[in-house]
Amino acid sequence: MSKLFLIKEMVERAEKLKVSISDVVIDYEIRTSETTREEILARMAKTLKVMKEAVDKGMEQKTPSKSGMISDEAWRMRERIKEGKTLAGGVIPLALAKALAVSTVNASMGKIVAGPTAGSCGIVPGALLAVAELNDLDDSRIIRGLLTAAILGTVVARKATLSGAAGGCQAECGVASAMAAGGLVEMMGGTPVQVSEAFSLALKNMLGLVCDPVAGLVEVPCVKRNAMAASHAIVAAELSLAGIASVIPADEVIEAMNEIGDALPRSLKETALGGLANTATGKCIAKEFLGDIKS
Amino acid sequence: MEKLSIFEVMGPIMIGPSSSHTAGAVRIGNMARKLLNEEPKTMKIYFHGSFAETYKGHGTDVAIVGGLLGYRPDDERIRTSLKDAQEKGIEVEFHRFDLPNAHPNTIKLDLTRSDGTHLTLIGASVGGGEIVITRIDNFSVELRGKYPTVWILHVDRPGIIAKVTSTLALNGINIAFLEAFREDKGALSSMIIQTDHEVFQDAMKEIESFIGVKSCRYIEPI
Repeated sequence: MSKLFLIKEMVERAEKLKVSISDVVIDYEIRTSETTREEILARMAKTLKVMKEAVDKGMEQKTPSKSGMISDEAWRMRERIKEGKTLAGGVIPLALAKALAVSTVNASMGKIVAGPTAGSCGIVPGALLAVAELNDLDDSRIIRGLLTAAILGTVVARKATLSGAAGGCQAECGVASAMAAGGLVEMMGGTPVQVSEAFSLALKNMLGLVCDPVAGLVEVPCVKRNAMAASHAIVAAELSLAGIASVIPADEVIEAMNEIGDALPRSLKETALGGLANTATGKCIAKEFLGDIKS
Repeated sequence: MEKLSIFEVMGPIMIGPSSSHTAGAVRIGNMARKLLNEEPKTMKIYFHGSFAETYKGHGTDVAIVGGLLGYRPDDERIRTSLKDAQEKGIEVEFHRFDLPNAHPNTIKLDLTRSDGTHLTLIGASVGGGEIVITRIDNFSVELRGKYPTVWILHVDRPGIIAKVTSTLALNGINIAFLEAFREDKGALSSMIIQTDHEVFQDAMKEIESFIGVKSCRYIEPI
């Protein structure tokens, strides 16, 4: 099972063995890293711990980032939840707050788990930890979700790319949202097919997303995009758990993403030359912040 | 195709803000530091492509210097690496350059040892913190820091590769990949051996003792 290339193969294997996707993931990782089940679970528990610490740290953060573009977003969201007057109910606002928290820590050069990348690091913990909290799920269930999210990203890494510089933001926040969607389904006890469908639904809706960070910083639009992509993962999981399927299979969506990534111009792939980075305000911020670079 | 652990995707645990621009750059620095085998006296750092456009914003400058100082990608000292290098009296220069057809996140390093000799290296951060070193001095290579690696510089003469590989075999070390490269017939040659097992001092000393071997360095996975 170490030669796992397709999401379809993974789903078929889980169905044949009558196990969950995360069992197939553990089997894959044992063979790939020549390790044991216990070591894998312990390592994912450590990963989860770093995620939770980043959430806690970010929720308290009110100091602005180096550029001043990011400061107290997670804290503001948390305060709104505390006041009990959210528009979108319970889980979405909580996912927004947690995703903002992790992304804020990242923007201020704090410790995070890059999953699949640092620029998209708020999405998986934001979505999974919010759903887990409101459903009283224990760590072992969250770890099942993280294992599933991880393998989905691994398939993308092998078939396409996870780099914004190579494929645009669809390859970072898009894939992260799709990973989180699959992870949520697994965590909530969905079927292997539903895991795959949630992944497809989420990724399809993120295709074409460009990487155009203002001043080249992982701040605008990245931090708030992490929050929105976390909520997007919950929406995709919800659709899938309702039995709604994607017409285009997961593996083909990945191929489409790769093709679109290749077609995107260089100015929209993490060069900070186009899009939001090239707006009047974006250029002004870049000039102010990066003025002292040696050319 | 290379093996890919799920922890390379749900990971690494690192200091932000960008896995390719920060963690990958730290790892290129870590690799260069291991190849140099000492703390650099001077660091000339050249950024290509996306790195050249955004190195300051993503902290690629503090990341590469932190990596060269030996800090790992999850070390919170990365934030102060420029100050740390200055306090150690290390000269650091940043430049932009253009390397045709190179990966957008490519770095060239020109490092000086305490004896005045240089090491130049070209490496790319290929996403999610993964790296590939493509050039060391005048030698084309493909090093990803995933396997225990032996790097040997030797005179190009018959039998050296056979001697080295049999020494490794006698020490129970399996070779995963072997790359041999020379500048010219009979000139200085480079051999890069990536293995499945840790290579111990005894084997390294034996290889170093062979006539024609100029240097032999062990680089553990980073």
